Amino acid sequence: MTLSTLEFERPIRDLEDKREQLLQLAQEHGIDVARELDSLNSKLADLKRTVYANLTPWQSVQLARHPSRPQTQDYINRIITDWQELHGDRHFADDEAMITGLGKLEGRKIAVIGQQKGQDAIERVRRNFGMPHPEGYRKALRVMKLAGRFGIPILCLIDTAGAYPGVGAEERHVAEAIAVNLREMFTLPVPIVAVVIGEGGSGGALGIGVADRVLMLQYAYYSVISPEGCAAILWKDRAFAPDAAAALKMTAPDLLKLGVADEIVPEPLEGAHRDPDATAQEVQQAVARCFNQLSEYSPEQLQATRYEHFRRMGKFSVKSQPAAEDKPQGVEDKGVH
Amino acid sequence: MGFFKKPKYITPKQKKRDIPAGLWRKCPGCDGVLFQQALADSLQVCPHCGYHFPITHKERLACLADPDSWEEHDSNLESVDALEFTGVAPYPEKLAYNQKKTGMQDAIVTGVCSIHGRPTALGIMDFSFLGASMGSVVGERITCLAERALEERLPLILVCASGGARMYEGMLSLMQMAKTSGALSRLRETRLPYISILTHPTMAGVMASFASLGDVILAEPGALIGFAGERVIRETTHEELPSGFQTAEFLLDHGLIDQIVPRSELKARISTFLDLLDGFTSFAAGASEREGGDGKGEPAVRDASASESA
Ligand SMILES: [Zn+2]
Repeated sequence: MTLSTLEFERPIRDLEDKREQLLQLAQEHGIDVARELDSLNSKLADLKRTVYANLTPWQSVQLARHPSRPQTQDYINRIITDWQELHGDRHFADDEAMITGLGKLEGRKIAVIGQQKGQDAIERVRRNFGMPHPEGYRKALRVMKLAGRFGIPILCLIDTAGAYPGVGAEERHVAEAIAVNLREMFTLPVPIVAVVIGEGGSGGALGIGVADRVLMLQYAYYSVISPEGCAAILWKDRAFAPDAAAALKMTAPDLLKLGVADEIVPEPLEGAHRDPDATAQEVQQAVARCFNQLSEYSPEQLQATRYEHFRRMGKFSVKSQPAAEDKPQGVEDKGVH
Repeated sequence: MGFFKKPKYITPKQKKRDIPAGLWRKCPGCDGVLFQQALADSLQVCPHCGYHFPITHKERLACLADPDSWEEHDSNLESVDALEFTGVAPYPEKLAYNQKKTGMQDAIVTGVCSIHGRPTALGIMDFSFLGASMGSVVGERITCLAERALEERLPLILVCASGGARMYEGMLSLMQMAKTSGALSRLRETRLPYISILTHPTMAGVMASFASLGDVILAEPGALIGFAGERVIRETTHEELPSGFQTAEFLLDHGLIDQIVPRSELKARISTFLDLLDGFTSFAAGASEREGGDGKGEPAVRDASASESA
């Protein structure tokens, strides 16, 4: 498998190349290199640990966008049985940037919704690089409502740079499609678990993200705006994307702290693309555990706790001194929420 | 309406630099030069071409609410720098500057007023405060307002304007889209109407949440309304944008909004829709209702039990 190398992976790749050369040398000349190999291997392990323990947010974003990173279809192939894809929004088109369907997870019925970026050039074009049009969101909602009606839990796999910014998308009201999804997902009477598996790009991600549990893969990101977009606006220069990535607090650990993510699903040391099977295993375990917990809830409890969960989102201060033009309300100073 | 007088104006003969600032304003719609006073008399609408200048929340309130009926709520909520955003200018400085500039706590005012005598929950976003971007305070105040509408059985009106989510609050800002939409999902289980008014400009995260969810969606003429910014669309697609793209007129053509309503008619139109939607008087019950003389703008009997949310 050839994987493209990110800049921060370069020292690791260099060391791996060195090991390769050593092995070749040993083979060609019949030299015993066991000791050198041992020391190289431990050096390599140390280096990997150091690099991945100190990933910057921007490096994490690069991993989240890695072209070989497992996508929705990869997870479906590995953890869903009896898979039947469902197509189309019943109004305009079948948006292939959004995969929807029914299957089984550990023997129990499940609906799966997720953006799909595509693995190769041809699939990427077909999938519109995982950037859905309004039809994608409407298809997702159609299938989620279907699942709701039949009491089937819903798994949402989030992986998109964002909803597609295009003329057709605007003409068919992508903003309305996302807004309706947000509103209607609150009313679904079945458990919903969302996992950000790669990129969580703004409203286009949230459009399938109103869930009872929001999980993030270790190196996934979830952000209100792309680091490049934020840099272009606030720094007036896209080159400041690494600074924006840090400022926006978009990594899984940051979002766990902020209460936006409920749980982090660990990835293999060098990222999900290094071992898709192991990653899928981790996702399956985490998701199944969440659905087990949520199966205790009645539909009414699910709706109520889902509302409360998002109702709490946000941080602000409550001042005891009302502004001059306001009537006093007698609210005590609760400080920052 | 009495306050929409025939405005005075003159055609510009002087060069721009000769015109004393503060007394005049150039119309971006027709290049006409307008007296500030004349503009104020016409609700900041150009008398030549109908261009709608953006207005402050106070001017908007004066347009919509009955005099002295406004009671503001939740004005004690203030934004905090939850992310300790490290950028070009610190977020607290931005907030302080905008608070001083606008006299507002944040980009929205919310409260209860009466509109032609009918008690109504009203929220007004003001673009002059950080582009009316939606942070935690905006989301919280809208959510509180929707919850108050639910509790006190009031119709809800949101006058929207926004550049989108507030970057300085990161994901907490994006979550306000979900939070406000959740509150509206509860309101929707009742027969309390929600009217969203789209004003210039209403974009991105606000458009992709409460602004698009009105039972009735009205827009001001010429307002820019959409999801993605024009620059982003051009850079991504290299497509030619159709003329009038993302204007209120474009969206009326493409089926998103119910009506485009000039500012001078907005209050009356809102009132009409509230009359048509508010309460649960059925056609059959209409006759007795008319005899009962519910013409004074009293709130109709409201459905409290049949549609209570779970
Ligand atoms: Zn004009």
